[in-house]
Amino acid sequence: MFLINCPYCGERDQQEFKAGGEAHIERPKQPTELSDDEWAEYLFMRKNIKGVQFERWNHAHGCRKWFNMVRDTSNDEIKAIYKMGEKPPAQ
Amino acid sequence: MTKNLRVKSSEYIDETNRISFKFNGKTYHGFKGDTLASALLANDVHLVGRSFKYHRPRGIMTSGSEEPNAIVQVNPGTNRTEPNVRATEVEIYEGLEASSQNCWPSVEFDIGGINNFLSPFFPAGFYYKTFMWPASFWEKYEFFIRHSAGLGKSPTANDPDIYDHRNIHCDVLVVGAGISGILAAKNAAKNNFKTLLVDEKNELGGSTIYENNEFNKIDNKAPSEWLKKEIEELKNVKNLEIKTRTSVAAYHQYNYLLARENLTDHLETKDKTNKIRQRLLKIRAKKVILATGALERPLIFNNNDRPGIMLSSAVKKYSEFYGVACGNKNIFFTNNDSAYESAMSLYNKGINVEAIIDIRERSESKIVKKVKEAGIKVYWSHTIVDTTGYKRLNSVSIMKLSNDGTSVTGSKISISCDCLGVAGGWTPAVHLYTQSGSKLKFDEEKKAFLPNQNTSEQISVGSCGGDFKIDEIIKNLNQKLKDNLNIKETDLENINVEIDKENSKRNIWLLPSDKPLGKTKPFVDYQNDATAKDIKLALREGFRSIEHVKRYTTTGMGTDQGKLGNMHALGIIADTAGVKMGELGTTTFRPPYTPLTFGTIVGRNVGKFFDIFRRTPMNDWHVENKAEFENVGQWKRAWYYPINEETIHQAVQRESKAARESAGILDASTLGKIDIQGSDASEFLNRVYTNAWSKLAIGKCRYGLMLNEDGMVYDDGVTTRLGENHYIMTTTTGGAANVLGKLEDYLQTEWPELDVYLTSVTDHYATASLCGPNSKKILKKIIPDLDLSDENFPHMSFKESKIGNIQCRIMRISFTGEHSYEINVQASYGKDLWEKCIDAGKEFNITPYGTETMHLLRAEKGFIIVGQDTDGTMTPIDLQMDWIVSKKKYDFIGKRSLYRSDTMRRDRKQLVGLLTDDPNIVLEEGAQIVSELNQSPLEMLGHVTSSYFSPNLKKSIALAVVRGGKDMMGKKLFVPMENKNINVTVAKPVFYDEKNERLNA
Ligand SMILES: [Zn+2]
Repeated sequence: MFLINCPYCGERDQQEFKAGGEAHIERPKQPTELSDDEWAEYLFMRKNIKGVQFERWNHAHGCRKWFNMVRDTSNDEIKAIYKMGEKPPAQ
Repeated sequence: MTKNLRVKSSEYIDETNRISFKFNGKTYHGFKGDTLASALLANDVHLVGRSFKYHRPRGIMTSGSEEPNAIVQVNPGTNRTEPNVRATEVEIYEGLEASSQNCWPSVEFDIGGINNFLSPFFPAGFYYKTFMWPASFWEKYEFFIRHSAGLGKSPTANDPDIYDHRNIHCDVLVVGAGISGILAAKNAAKNNFKTLLVDEKNELGGSTIYENNEFNKIDNKAPSEWLKKEIEELKNVKNLEIKTRTSVAAYHQYNYLLARENLTDHLETKDKTNKIRQRLLKIRAKKVILATGALERPLIFNNNDRPGIMLSSAVKKYSEFYGVACGNKNIFFTNNDSAYESAMSLYNKGINVEAIIDIRERSESKIVKKVKEAGIKVYWSHTIVDTTGYKRLNSVSIMKLSNDGTSVTGSKISISCDCLGVAGGWTPAVHLYTQSGSKLKFDEEKKAFLPNQNTSEQISVGSCGGDFKIDEIIKNLNQKLKDNLNIKETDLENINVEIDKENSKRNIWLLPSDKPLGKTKPFVDYQNDATAKDIKLALREGFRSIEHVKRYTTTGMGTDQGKLGNMHALGIIADTAGVKMGELGTTTFRPPYTPLTFGTIVGRNVGKFFDIFRRTPMNDWHVENKAEFENVGQWKRAWYYPINEETIHQAVQRESKAARESAGILDASTLGKIDIQGSDASEFLNRVYTNAWSKLAIGKCRYGLMLNEDGMVYDDGVTTRLGENHYIMTTTTGGAANVLGKLEDYLQTEWPELDVYLTSVTDHYATASLCGPNSKKILKKIIPDLDLSDENFPHMSFKESKIGNIQCRIMRISFTGEHSYEINVQASYGKDLWEKCIDAGKEFNITPYGTETMHLLRAEKGFIIVGQDTDGTMTPIDLQMDWIVSKKKYDFIGKRSLYRSDTMRRDRKQLVGLLTDDPNIVLEEGAQIVSELNQSPLEMLGHVTSSYFSPNLKKSIALAVVRGGKDMMGKKLFVPMENKNINVTVAKPVFYDEKNERLNA
């Protein structure tokens, strides 16, 4: 059970949060210009890394804000948390 | 006649408080302070159970939670009965009953014991190999296995006890209250850390509290005396909470631990009632200090499992702590000095010790000399090659060990005995440590896996950290506390410790016998009857990974998780495969450390608290009017309102007719409602719905379909424009929370530039949906001054009004195809609104209808229900709802996906109507649809999603999804059922009033 430091509320138990998959996948601004393959790349393809992974999390039972997390999936160490729109920390 | 083996009054046993209890139907006596195990041993009862596979007689081996054999059923036949309880952990009380498990008809005469004599035929993997084939026989095998196994009985009546959960946040959690834990907790608390100290036993002090080796001294006192003084001082320490009878079950990441606090199990039945039995502590600690101690390990030799063969440390604890002799003729078998301490403990209490068999060549420690002085015979360089005694040990045979320890030489000596204490060294209890994700490293000198890489703020102190002697325990504890708690000084600096230094060991994982391994039974896992032979067989058959060997041989897979024998299993594998133990690694120790009851896990969440449920403001009226309810998400919705003895079918037929012929009323309060405001609200709706919203006039309503980005229908509902920058969106009942979450996600992450605010107002409004040709007249009676003409208040429009003094929002929208109004008021007026409608509607025979009738009426109109007619694979085009997809909008969620080659296939499953050739046959929802009956296998084209008998059309109607259904209009298909094939014809998915004339009737 993680202890997650919501950038708006502070440290809270994992059960207040919802995981939202891989981070930094921007919705294409002009979807109609994309080929089926390009659209499928956005729609379906997600990384599943053993190691450092960038993820979206939502404080669903708290402030309801979305934010980003850098997590090492091999040992669940949370390496960084930053707000939506902010640049990921340099690795 | 049972013997009394009490030897000397112990301060932990209250001999003035005599307690009677029953074991296997027979009455025994013990004293307050006894465990079931100590009380049975005092009555000379060793045989307490049978092993799982061979049904071998088994006795009490240990004095703690690691016990593999003495597993009992407590209070059998009562509603408090509990299986798989360790007798070593049950504190006795007046009236306690317990019985053996895994034996039939009795522990003394067990039919399954025949397996013992068949054991050559039960090698490792026996079950896998034997019961695999033929597959059709599995049911018979299962019956046989279950009948002859049986690990206790679960209770059949409701659990009468209360269970509880509690969250605890602390600076320092100390697990284990032996000498290390006590000193750690005391120093943490004294340095202003909010500290919690827990221990699974009812007394503090661990094994040091009865440590009486006369050569060990702390500040010139016996360690037990010294520690008692420390415990006494804990009472005056602030910031310290102590919980005994509290066992940590799980250690998760980020220092989140679960512990079970046992509150009433030791009380008499009459004192258990109306109290919390067990409490699950959910602990989040800034720092964790593990002081979980070490478990003594046995030695692996031929027939090492007979009742009377125990751990040497347990024999000592029964004598020192409980004042019980485990036998009259005791022998110890050892590879280190521990057994000599146990021997002296017995000797000092006047208990007979026959001999010590030591696999070492010598030891020079003071305690060994003391044993020799006491005249106890020591056999150096000897090993036990066999034991005898079926239900109780009666002799051991010993032989001289070869120098390399792999064989025996010389002549066999037989020694008669009734109790054998085995001392094979110590295994640090690192179970919780590894659960936390931290990594171990094998220490060749200590022959133990020790903490190495911590993943969280934690330290392991005392013997669980590899320090076994009091001097090194205190020295290392001092340093670890200073480093980890970042404190300058502790009160451990100037403690003067004298100890008996010699610490020689000789480690042999599998001891040889004069017989070949194939003819011996050296048990490694007692509970699961895995022997050294099984492990070697697994290796011969090609298993290499320790995890695979574990599963194949079932070593370590019992309720004790092989706490005693896992190290030996690893050692035997390493020796056989010729690898180092450090390279082999360990199997994973999984939570819980000791089993938890289901009651503790669920806590208060039982009965009506099992799950959250929601009720509408009109709920009381529905109950008073005998509604049947159905669960929709968390909501309890009125399903139908039977009158007299009506069946659901009769009630729904009546309600459906009434709604179309005169007037009906539905409680629609559960629909999700989201208030949307902001200068970009229209643009936002344009992006989330498939149709266009910019031109919707204020005061108008529009139906919208929401897709996922993959183009599949996600939710639907009517949204009303209340003002220039203000909308109210309705969602499906079940989808409300997810829709809000999805919309928030897009707003926060994809379109943060939009000025839009979302607020869930589902619970803030109560909604009555008034429908039918007389609905207008009823509304007129309630709000006489509202102009209800089609000109002023047309279909798909909205009015703000008042019912008396109550503000209300009225939408003229329809889910039934009838002229209808949805009236929304502040939730607290919901019941009042409902009753007003009912009163006003009396003269029109207004009929309350539930969700079932709602479903029927909308099916007549072919309106979809998201989640019933769709399943996450249906596009609007598949639903024949092309009309709602804007061609003009550049983008909306899911738009691009509608032009993927896959979503444009013509042979996708599409929504169609189905009419049965016999109008009286109602199809089953979920039934499969085929076009060809003479096929094998039948090719499934799709399935029925909604099906009803329409009272208004007087025929059966159904909606279905059928592959390529759009092009099949009028085609004959079949619905094959168990006993018949139903002929159906594909129709349009709208059956009633296709021209929508009734909306304005
Ligand atoms: Zn938050």
